Amino acid sequence: MPVTATRIVVASAAALALLAASGSGALAQKKYDAGATDTEIKIGNIMPYSGPASAYGVIGKTEAAYFKKINDTGGINGRKINFITYDDGYSPPKTVEQARKLVESDEVLLVFNPLGTPPNSAIHKYMNSKKVPQLFVATGATKWNDPRDFPWTMGWQPSYQSETQIYAKYLLKEKPNAKIGVLYQNDDYGKDYLKGLKDGLGARAASMIIAEESFETSEPTIDNHIVKLKASGADVFIDIATPKFAAQAIKKVAEIDWKPLHFLNNVSASVGSVIKPAGYDNSQGIVSAAYLKDASDPQWDNDLGMKKFYEFLAKDYPEGNKLDGNVVVGYGVAQTLVEVLTKCGDDLTRANVMKQAASLKDFRSEVLLPGIKINTSPTDFAPISQLQLMKFKGEKWELFGDIISADVGG
Amino acid sequence: MSAIQEVVTEAPAVEAVPKRAMTLGYGTSLAMLLVLILVPLFVKNFVIFQLTMLLIYALAVLALNILTGGSGQFSLGQSAFYAVGAYTSAILMEHADINYALTLPVAGLVCFIFGFLFGQPALRLSGVYLALATFALATAMPQLLKLGVFEKWTGGVQGLVVTKPDAPFGLPMSQDMWLYYFTLAVSIAIYIFSVNLLKSRSGRAFMAIRDNEIAASAMGIDVALYKTLAFGVSAGITGVAGGLGAIAVQFVAPDGYTITLAISLFLGMVVGGVGWLPGSIVGSAFIIFVPNIAEGISKGLSGAVFGVLLFLVIFLVPHGARQVAVVAQHWLGKLKNG
Repeated sequence: MPVTATRIVVASAAALALLAASGSGALAQKKYDAGATDTEIKIGNIMPYSGPASAYGVIGKTEAAYFKKINDTGGINGRKINFITYDDGYSPPKTVEQARKLVESDEVLLVFNPLGTPPNSAIHKYMNSKKVPQLFVATGATKWNDPRDFPWTMGWQPSYQSETQIYAKYLLKEKPNAKIGVLYQNDDYGKDYLKGLKDGLGARAASMIIAEESFETSEPTIDNHIVKLKASGADVFIDIATPKFAAQAIKKVAEIDWKPLHFLNNVSASVGSVIKPAGYDNSQGIVSAAYLKDASDPQWDNDLGMKKFYEFLAKDYPEGNKLDGNVVVGYGVAQTLVEVLTKCGDDLTRANVMKQAASLKDFRSEVLLPGIKINTSPTDFAPISQLQLMKFKGEKWELFGDIISADVGG
Repeated sequence: MSAIQEVVTEAPAVEAVPKRAMTLGYGTSLAMLLVLILVPLFVKNFVIFQLTMLLIYALAVLALNILTGGSGQFSLGQSAFYAVGAYTSAILMEHADINYALTLPVAGLVCFIFGFLFGQPALRLSGVYLALATFALATAMPQLLKLGVFEKWTGGVQGLVVTKPDAPFGLPMSQDMWLYYFTLAVSIAIYIFSVNLLKSRSGRAFMAIRDNEIAASAMGIDVALYKTLAFGVSAGITGVAGGLGAIAVQFVAPDGYTITLAISLFLGMVVGGVGWLPGSIVGSAFIIFVPNIAEGISKGLSGAVFGVLLFLVIFLVPHGARQVAVVAQHWLGKLKNG
């Protein structure tokens, strides 16, 4: 009798424990913040569909197409993505208005990939005070990697500074007596690149950089700046310009018969939209760095990952131009978000989104160069921090050297 | 005699608005005020923020209205004054730790001086030439703000982050609501000041210059002084609006103050009705909300949709909100009598 009583007590206690465990398990399994339900995940986004930077709007359109594809194949853990994207015209006050609309009126779970340094700076504090993830911002500024002060903001692409630091490392090793002429766009992006270069060269920056020329995007041509740089006697040309100006620079350098070692920033390394218009002959020997595969470069035609990308373009986003590097960016960053949300499982709280985003281990999007991996940790909010140098030869970029890491803290 | 008459009868550049018609009656004003005070109590913080921006842009439009509707001078350079005001407030708040409310008079004063000085060379220009000169000011401003020399204060291309003020005396309201009522108080003060200015001797001088410069100078009005004064006052009010804008948005950067802003303000003035001060708030609502509506209709073609909507407004009510108000008043009168 006592035995049975004990048995019953033990059994019922075990059952209770089991019940409690499964109960709390069920609770832990389904946790939602605003913007997430059993059937839907609301994601906000802000893009310059109009205004001076409207060329980047393609990124938002690519993301929308990619999420639609994900929804058509069943969504993420059974939930459909509701992608709400607004136009800010690249004007920071408008960005604030749209971000507040997304957070307070649409009640999204997170704001994903808002574009541009000034727009993101404008909402940086707001997003962090509201504790809403400002995830994978589309800018290469260095300040997004600052988990201590801004735990709700994370970048995605390698920072501009890390790229020029890599060039600086390369120069110090291969051409320590270089006389450097720099051309840069007079805005946040150009100045960030320049800072990276100077930091990378360190104490030698002052003696190695013999000429700096800045230009405004409103200038119709930058020919005069190139002529001045040649006249300075520089034998290394660091070209920090967006595609249109980069193509002009490549042409002009060839035209005036200047033969420097030409470094072209990654922003303009597209074969389709820069090199080809500037002329293959004029582009031989240019050095650049990359982290993504160039969809207009024929060497990736038979690449397994890129085949999937081309398939996506053909089937889900036929209006996308494969010569436009922004399409590849949009695809890659959307894939990264899907990975994060998949890992979140049924715990779709904002805190968990950031936790999962900060624990990506060797994640690879198909459009990343071979060997480049996305890694994050609670102290490293710079998902992609590797680049590989490449030299233009014939009609394509030839990757050379090892994959180089350059993490720059915010 | 006949020569003067010819000048006098020449078609005026801006349609003359009698000074009584520049304001609203007391009843309507009070009703409007009551709405502005009560609405924030019932809406979300995000909407309160939008309403704050509405008031801020309304101030900027009102400033342009004093310049164009009052003294008959054009300006496409209001974004420059707005930027100077915004930066003055932001720099004072962030670098000198001055209370936000105290930065506004400074912003207004700095812009008043700036506008007054700019008005001096602008004196020699009129009509489209003046519009072009101010246009140049608007395009130059973002680049000036990026200049390396000022970077220590302006933050260069990265801009400056501004801390949003809390409600004082432990008042139980959100930052947004406090800022809204603060902006509302400033707006009302400036509105009353503007209405009185236009009713005063100076205001009459502005309008005399607008209607006919030669006749005005014949009446003994110092044309040069009043024209530059109008520029100064307009710039000063725009500066205060800019300062408020910086506090509300919590961020200033050169990209926020491009020529697009100047054109928006100009557009707001036309839609609100040139020379009709209460129309400023309608014009401001147009430039804030209609782009959102356009975006809702078509994302890719939002600019085109906005253009069509603007065209409809200009085509149907060329005198803007003032025309609508006049028609409404007419119908109300009929209802009362009939």
